[in-house]
Amino acid sequence: MNSTKILFMTSVILLCSTFAYAEKVTVAAAADLKFAMTEIVAAFKIVNPIDEIEVIYGSSGKFHTQIQQGAPYDLYFSADIAFPQDLAKKGFADAGVRPHAFGRIVLWSNSLDAAKMTLADLTDKKIKRIAIANPKHAPYGRRAEEALRAAGLWGKVESKLVYGENIVQAAQFVQTGNAQVGILALSLAQSADLASKGGFFLISDNLHKPLEQGYIITKRAKRNAAANRFADYIGGSDARKIMAAYGFVLPGETAPK
Amino acid sequence: MALFSQARQPQNNWQYRFVLIDGIQSYTPYEIAMQLSDSDIQAIWLTVRLAGIVTALLFLLGTPVAWWLARTKTRCKGFVGAIVALPLVLPPSVLGFYLLLAMGPEGPVGRLTQVLDFGPLPFTFPGLVLASVVYSLPFMVQPLQSAFETIGDRPLEVAATLGASPLDRFFTVAVPLALPGFLTAGILTFAHTVGEFGVVLMIGGNLPGVTRVASVQIFDYVEAMEYTQAHHLAAVMLIFSFLVLLPLYAFRPQPRKGV
Repeated sequence: MNSTKILFMTSVILLCSTFAYAEKVTVAAAADLKFAMTEIVAAFKIVNPIDEIEVIYGSSGKFHTQIQQGAPYDLYFSADIAFPQDLAKKGFADAGVRPHAFGRIVLWSNSLDAAKMTLADLTDKKIKRIAIANPKHAPYGRRAEEALRAAGLWGKVESKLVYGENIVQAAQFVQTGNAQVGILALSLAQSADLASKGGFFLISDNLHKPLEQGYIITKRAKRNAAANRFADYIGGSDARKIMAAYGFVLPGETAPK
Repeated sequence: MALFSQARQPQNNWQYRFVLIDGIQSYTPYEIAMQLSDSDIQAIWLTVRLAGIVTALLFLLGTPVAWWLARTKTRCKGFVGAIVALPLVLPPSVLGFYLLLAMGPEGPVGRLTQVLDFGPLPFTFPGLVLASVVYSLPFMVQPLQSAFETIGDRPLEVAATLGASPLDRFFTVAVPLALPGFLTAGILTFAHTVGEFGVVLMIGGNLPGVTRVASVQIFDYVEAMEYTQAHHLAAVMLIFSFLVLLPLYAFRPQPRKGV
């Protein structure tokens, strides 16, 4: 009997505490932010220990569709600013679209020394498979295709390409040894996970359209103070420092060539 | 997704109209088929070819396994049975992940295929076939096993006393008696392979004509927000899958009463 009481009291306390933390923030973030965002959330938690931030990583296009179908995301970080812009136009955003970074693409490999490679080396016979994100819907895949076309290599390497559902799956194809090289996000190549296994070659951003990235607060999070706090934090110097460390070029700063 | 609806009294089956969920428009199956692009046709043909080859291979591989499981009295029967059933419950992501590693250049299957000069299997059609054989195995073995078990010992013992060899007993007694089981197993295996998605997504690499099956093609359309094309191909898959399953449920033999 006593234990039932304790159980009941515990549940009541637990329930109350959930209400106290009612302002939970669910963030939908493009897969290329995976490592940078984890660090930013940790840094944010030190300053705002009471806020609960949950991040879901996936493809920008999928989140764009899901938000229109009423998905419960408070913030949406897209690898292509066109997606949040479209949502804002359709009335799914609380305020305007804010840019947070420009992405860069790199050649990365864990079986070859990518740091010594250039795009032209992709025609090498040793390279049988090249992983990129699907250009049909993934922003990083589109830029990879543009870069290969601009370098005049598309026709020569197209038969070697394999397509990941998003940029992280493209990385996975290389990590498992099934593709020798991948055209990945710089932010992934600079993560501890990948950087410890192989170097990268930075692809010139003259070869592709800019990977301008942006985020919005969704309509449902209008009165969510924590979501607004986090959105502001992203524009602040602490978050920008972390973003820069992962190779993102920040709005208002010039890109390294 | 499509809904069956009869907009007007049809003259024949081709005039049943399908209303796509987004719209006011309705199409006859012929009109939907005409909307398909070349790459859709390619994806459908690839899917049918994959499912056909996998079903044929599983008839060859699954029949002896099912026969052994139905007849054996050894203790490892439960062990083998559970392994065969694993793909039923394992998430496709688990199968896909293990297959990607196993078939990769460093994995056991990958090493073997490289020694045999086939190269690594991910992103190839044979790779998809191998993955689908694993994925659809229980759909072949389980109906066959239960069909063989229903036959019981008696018909086979009778055949034996009449001088039939074990092989003879299998082909002239067991197979004809288990024919409905073969039909069920074949249809389920085919249909299940057509419905495969997660494993293909993880090991296929989305190559047109090689690994981009219809389910992946639909996924790409949805991701790219090309809903009209997604609707057409999805409707074709819905009708096709229904037609594949129909004979299984329409011509299911009535259970005989009192043998």
